[in-house]
Amino acid sequence: MDKVNGNHDVRIGFYVCNCGTNIAAMVDVQAVAKYVAALPNVVVSRDYKYMCSDPGQELIQKDIKEFGLNRIVVAACSPLLHEHTFRSAVEAGGLNPFFFHMVNIREHDSWVHTDRDEATAKAKALARAGIRRVARHRALEVKKVPVHPDVLVVGGGIAGIHAALTLAKSGKKVYLVEREPSIGGHMAKFDKTFPTLDCAACILTPKMSEVGAHENITLWSYSEVVKMDGYVGNFKVTVRRKPRYVLEDLCTGCQECISHCVYKEPKFPDAFNEHLGKRKPVYIPFPQATPQVVLIDPEVCLNFRRGVLTDKCKKPCVEACGDRKAIDFKQKEELKEIKVGTIIVATGFKTFDVGRMPQYGYGRYPNVYTALEVERLVNASGPTAGDVLLRDGHHPKSIGIIHCVGSRDKNTNRWCSRVCCMYSMKLAHLLKEHTEAEIYNFYIDIRAPGKGYEEFYDKLLEEGVHFIRGRVGEVTDWAFIPEEEGKLVIRVEDTLAGVVRRIPVDMVVLATGLEPHADAQNVRRLFNMSCGTEGFFLERHPKLAPVNTFTDGIFLAGCCQSPKDIPDSVAQAGAAAAEALVLIDTGHIEQEPNTAYVVEAECSGCKSCIPLCPYTAISLLPDKKKAYINEALCKGCGTCVAACPSGSIVQNLFEDAEIFSEIDGLLEPTSV
Amino acid sequence: MENETPPTSGNGSWSPRIIAFFCNWCTYTAADLAGVSRLKYAANTRTIRLMCSGRVDPQFILEAFAKGADGVLIGGCHPNDCHYAEGNYKMLRRFQLLKRMLKDLGIAEERFRLEWISAAEGEKVKSVINDMVKKITALGPLDLPGKVADWDREMTEPAPAVESAPVETEVAHA
Repeated sequence: MDKVNGNHDVRIGFYVCNCGTNIAAMVDVQAVAKYVAALPNVVVSRDYKYMCSDPGQELIQKDIKEFGLNRIVVAACSPLLHEHTFRSAVEAGGLNPFFFHMVNIREHDSWVHTDRDEATAKAKALARAGIRRVARHRALEVKKVPVHPDVLVVGGGIAGIHAALTLAKSGKKVYLVEREPSIGGHMAKFDKTFPTLDCAACILTPKMSEVGAHENITLWSYSEVVKMDGYVGNFKVTVRRKPRYVLEDLCTGCQECISHCVYKEPKFPDAFNEHLGKRKPVYIPFPQATPQVVLIDPEVCLNFRRGVLTDKCKKPCVEACGDRKAIDFKQKEELKEIKVGTIIVATGFKTFDVGRMPQYGYGRYPNVYTALEVERLVNASGPTAGDVLLRDGHHPKSIGIIHCVGSRDKNTNRWCSRVCCMYSMKLAHLLKEHTEAEIYNFYIDIRAPGKGYEEFYDKLLEEGVHFIRGRVGEVTDWAFIPEEEGKLVIRVEDTLAGVVRRIPVDMVVLATGLEPHADAQNVRRLFNMSCGTEGFFLERHPKLAPVNTFTDGIFLAGCCQSPKDIPDSVAQAGAAAAEALVLIDTGHIEQEPNTAYVVEAECSGCKSCIPLCPYTAISLLPDKKKAYINEALCKGCGTCVAACPSGSIVQNLFEDAEIFSEIDGLLEPTSV
Repeated sequence: MENETPPTSGNGSWSPRIIAFFCNWCTYTAADLAGVSRLKYAANTRTIRLMCSGRVDPQFILEAFAKGADGVLIGGCHPNDCHYAEGNYKMLRRFQLLKRMLKDLGIAEERFRLEWISAAEGEKVKSVINDMVKKITALGPLDLPGKVADWDREMTEPAPAVESAPVETEVAHA
């Protein structure tokens, strides 16, 4: 293609966008256009209602032809939003796309200032800097880099499962890495799902077995990603496979070893059942666990002592396993290195730590439960086989469900966890079904926005579940009257009736909110993502790029991005899979040509730059004694450029001359 | 027409001009977030986008002051969060050195600032800029170009036969 190069007269076209009234209301766009028209090298200067619209882009293309423009500046929104749009438009107009510069007068100007004169003056200065800068621009070529077709999905909850299956079904090879011994995540612990009351296991288990059986999915459970290098299309990921002391390929899941363990009775708290049940040192997390492979807990197994192999147990499990020889006490952790082109992060959430709200008595009063514990309690395969038997051995006749524990609270978490209203009502329904107890819900607002959600609320009201509007102050066993003896008293201000109530109940359920994982910050660093203030992973754009992250090729799905229910998690997982497919099926990505290079004639070979590069892209050419930058390794940060004492390193798109002209442009007094 | 008032003190209409260098991944995005959130802050900063705070060449800062900036703000990712692993640390090293040099040049500390602002901290963009504008407004114009011109004149013109002018130091009179 015949691209204009920078060796002739600079003819600039300048366009200032009104963005409806988003910009025009605070910036006098006509004044800006008029001001810029008088600047050197400017041939055309216009304002237009919506520059990003088709007519706006066509306007640029028409002007390029009509006026022989060879540089374009658009003053509009953030370049992070529309730089690509306009570069494409400029390219379609016949210019090299890098003869374009975008000036941000919306996010950085009209939206954040209140004085029209000041905002207009700022827009003029920014536009002037852009005009100065673009004159220095040079034609650059976009480099195409192939995308590796394999995908890594991190986290095997419902979001990760759905994303992995979607990709696998389209013929892509997927690595699904899950930290726990089985995939399934939180959903596997649930009894029913709102509002349809589908049994969670019934709808999840088929998907789990599909993952286990799918030829395109490599399932690594009990494994964690420990390292990620590379960039979009070419990630190198290291996965640590923790030892289960059972060989996955050989174990058939017959569980003979469990029944033959020297511990005749389960003795150790069972994490899957929220520590309400017990398990043996050799165990399978839950009946439908995928993969169907047992594991041995070295902390409690008699063949170990505090995790170190002693080999002092009789090992009836090994005997029971027999010829299968699946048990291997000498198994060591393994590091696997894989190459993938895209990554979907679906690491999920943790529930709020109720210890942070001691006024609700969790841990102090045995009959105070978290919602997740109650899920296990009402579950037919749970520790009590679905019988709601309290820790004190009684069946509850009255139950209080406290909403918003660790949500919508300045003292803990400010956000609404989105699912608690609905799951509280689901639990209310299930508990009523199981126990016929009187059920009281204590809520701030009932949030039931979803298909069939409000109807579910209506149904609960008809079932005779009580709803009391007010944030609970305290749960106490301090009885004022004989009827309260031996009960838990919920103290709450009923804000609809305007009275303070004391409601004695047998059981309290805390509807805990959703939080980022405790190690979310580590995961964020691992994958080079950002977090919002609350600690959930940050999407690239809250509306238009909800599954993308700021790192190309890494996508988000499920509750690691924000609290959401199962339908939303599944939808987002599908979206993330589709985004990954776009990259894979395109086959290559276009890399921003902002890499640096050394002007050999000016390099003194001082080696200042070499240790500065975090990607070891710079080396010293042994024969010439000059620095050399490997373009394939350079990621375009520009640190070496800033440090070069002789100014012999140039960063494309961010050349010194370009930035100096921007500085000069910004500071030159505006005189109109 | 709305002229940008040249930096001259005394008439009350002066307001500082600050050049900001923001890294693409954290601080520039945070400034975008401030915009999307419609936070309101002083209109005195002019932002230059760079890929990383590590790209900020000390010469950029000197150039900005020399061309009449009253302050320079650099925004990068928080320590440990740099998109390029460690560019922000490199900036921090330069910042420490340059701060001393600028002080020797008679440029008050408040005029040169490095801040770690993550992509989620739109609120911090607002508070940092407002705070900086407030402090620099209290200091008054720097007018380094004017000073440089004065120095040049002193070097070329014969000194007048009066007692030497008192040494001017910048003092915040907030």
